[in-house]
Amino acid sequence: MSNILIQERDVVIPGEALAEGMDFLPGDNTYRDDNKIYSKILGLVNVSGRVLRITPLSGPYVPKIGDKIIGKITDITMSGWRVDTGTAYSAFLNVKDATTRFVKKEEDLSQILAIGDYIVVIIVNVTSQNLIDLTMKEPGLHKITGGRVIHINTQKVPRVIGKQGSMISLIKQKTGCDVTVGQNGLIWVKGQSDNEYRAEQAIKLIEEKAHLEGVTDRVSKFLEENQ
Amino acid sequence: MVYTKRVDGRKLDELRPMEAKIGIIPNADGSAYFKMGNTIAYAAVYGPRELFPKFLQNPKTGIIRCHYSMMPFSGSGERIRPGGNRRSQEISMVMNSSLQSVIDLSAFPNTVVDVYVDLPQTDAGTRCAAITAASMALAHAGIPMKDLISAVAVGEVDGTVVADLNYDEEAYDAVVSDIPVAMTANKKEITLLQMDGEISKASLIKALEMAAIATEKIYQVQKAALKNKFTKE
Repeated sequence: MSNILIQERDVVIPGEALAEGMDFLPGDNTYRDDNKIYSKILGLVNVSGRVLRITPLSGPYVPKIGDKIIGKITDITMSGWRVDTGTAYSAFLNVKDATTRFVKKEEDLSQILAIGDYIVVIIVNVTSQNLIDLTMKEPGLHKITGGRVIHINTQKVPRVIGKQGSMISLIKQKTGCDVTVGQNGLIWVKGQSDNEYRAEQAIKLIEEKAHLEGVTDRVSKFLEENQ
Repeated sequence: MVYTKRVDGRKLDELRPMEAKIGIIPNADGSAYFKMGNTIAYAAVYGPRELFPKFLQNPKTGIIRCHYSMMPFSGSGERIRPGGNRRSQEISMVMNSSLQSVIDLSAFPNTVVDVYVDLPQTDAGTRCAAITAASMALAHAGIPMKDLISAVAVGEVDGTVVADLNYDEEAYDAVVSDIPVAMTANKKEITLLQMDGEISKASLIKALEMAAIATEKIYQVQKAALKNKFTKE
C-alpha cells in the first residue's frame, strides 16, 4: 500500500517524509529509509510519475559540464589562468582554450587576461573532486569590459532566465541593457548606468520572490514604474 | 523540601516560550534565530567554501566547523571575556559532532561549512539553543541533511524531573542535574548527551522520555519557521 504524503510544489524541509511504500522512487535530493522516502534538502517537491525530486530553494552551485558561467581571474600560471567561480572550487583555463591565435612561449599572459578580469566561459570538464576545466573558444564567450557584475543565489538562476529566456528578454527590452547570466549566479549587466541600476534592482526582486507565483508580472510592473 | 513548584511557575514538562526566524543575516548563505525564554541564539552558515589550512581538507567529503560564542554582555551581571575559552571550545566540539551525524557533504570534497553561533543573551540551555538554531541555518543554506536536529536540556531539580531548565533552576540550592539532549526529528536518535550533577537511573530514563516529547515541540517550531519563510504572502 503506497501513499504520497505531499503535493506538487509543496515546500519541504530536510527529513520530511514524502511518501510511504515501495511504489515511489527517490530522485534528486531525497533518500529512502525503510519504506519511506524523505527529503534531504529545503526545497520544492516535484512529482514526475513515480519519481520524487526536490528542487532546492537555496544552496551552493554544483558545477556541470556545458554550463556557461562567469568567472574572475585570480592567478596566472605557466600554462593558463586560475579562475574563481564563486564556489568552493576554482577552475583552470588553459592558454589553448582561451584564444584562437598563436601564443608564443615567452609571451606575457597578463596581456591576454589580467588578474581581476571577469570572463564568460563554458565548463568543459569536471572531475569527481570538482576540478574544473574551462573554455573561452566557443561563440558568445569573451572577456567582460565595462558594466557591472551582480551576485545572486545560484538556485534562483532559472527564474532570472525564465521559460525559454522570457524573463531575461523582458529585462533586456525594458532597460536596454545587455545581460549575460552565468549558471554560477554571477550576472553581467551592461548599459547606461541608471538602466544598469534598474536591471540590477529587477534581478534582486526576482531573487527575493523566486519561489512565488506571478514573478514576471511583478518584474514588468516594477520596470514600468521606474521607467 | 521537595521541588514541586518551578521557580518561574511553569509545568514540569513545559518549555519556555520559543520563537524562530529564518534568514535574518543577509550576507550569510543561511541563517537562523532561535529564542527560548531569555536565551537567544543567532546562527550563520557560510559555505561550502575552500578549506584552509590545507591539511584539514578531506578529499572524500566536506567538513563542518562550528564556532560557539557568548557575547560579552550576554550573562546576568558578569562581563564575559570575548573570544574563545575552554568552555566555548568544548561546546563548539560537541555541536560539531552533533550536527555531523545528519549532514551529508560528500558532494563537496575538500570544503568546509562554517557555522557561527552567537548568543547575545543567555539564561541556561545555550548549547541546546545553539544546536537548534544551527540546524535551521544549515537547512536554510541548502546543505543536504538527513534530518533536522532539535535540542533541549532536561534534568532533575531536588528530586523532580523537569524539562528546559533556566539558570535559576540550574543554580538551585539542592541536588540538581542538567542534561542537554539533542535528537533527530524522525527517529529521535540522540546526537548529543551530556550531564552535570547527579541523577538516578530511573530519573534519567524519565528525563530522556521527557526530552523526546520536548524536542518534538521544538521541531514543530523549527518546521513552521522554515516553511513560513518560503510560503508567506
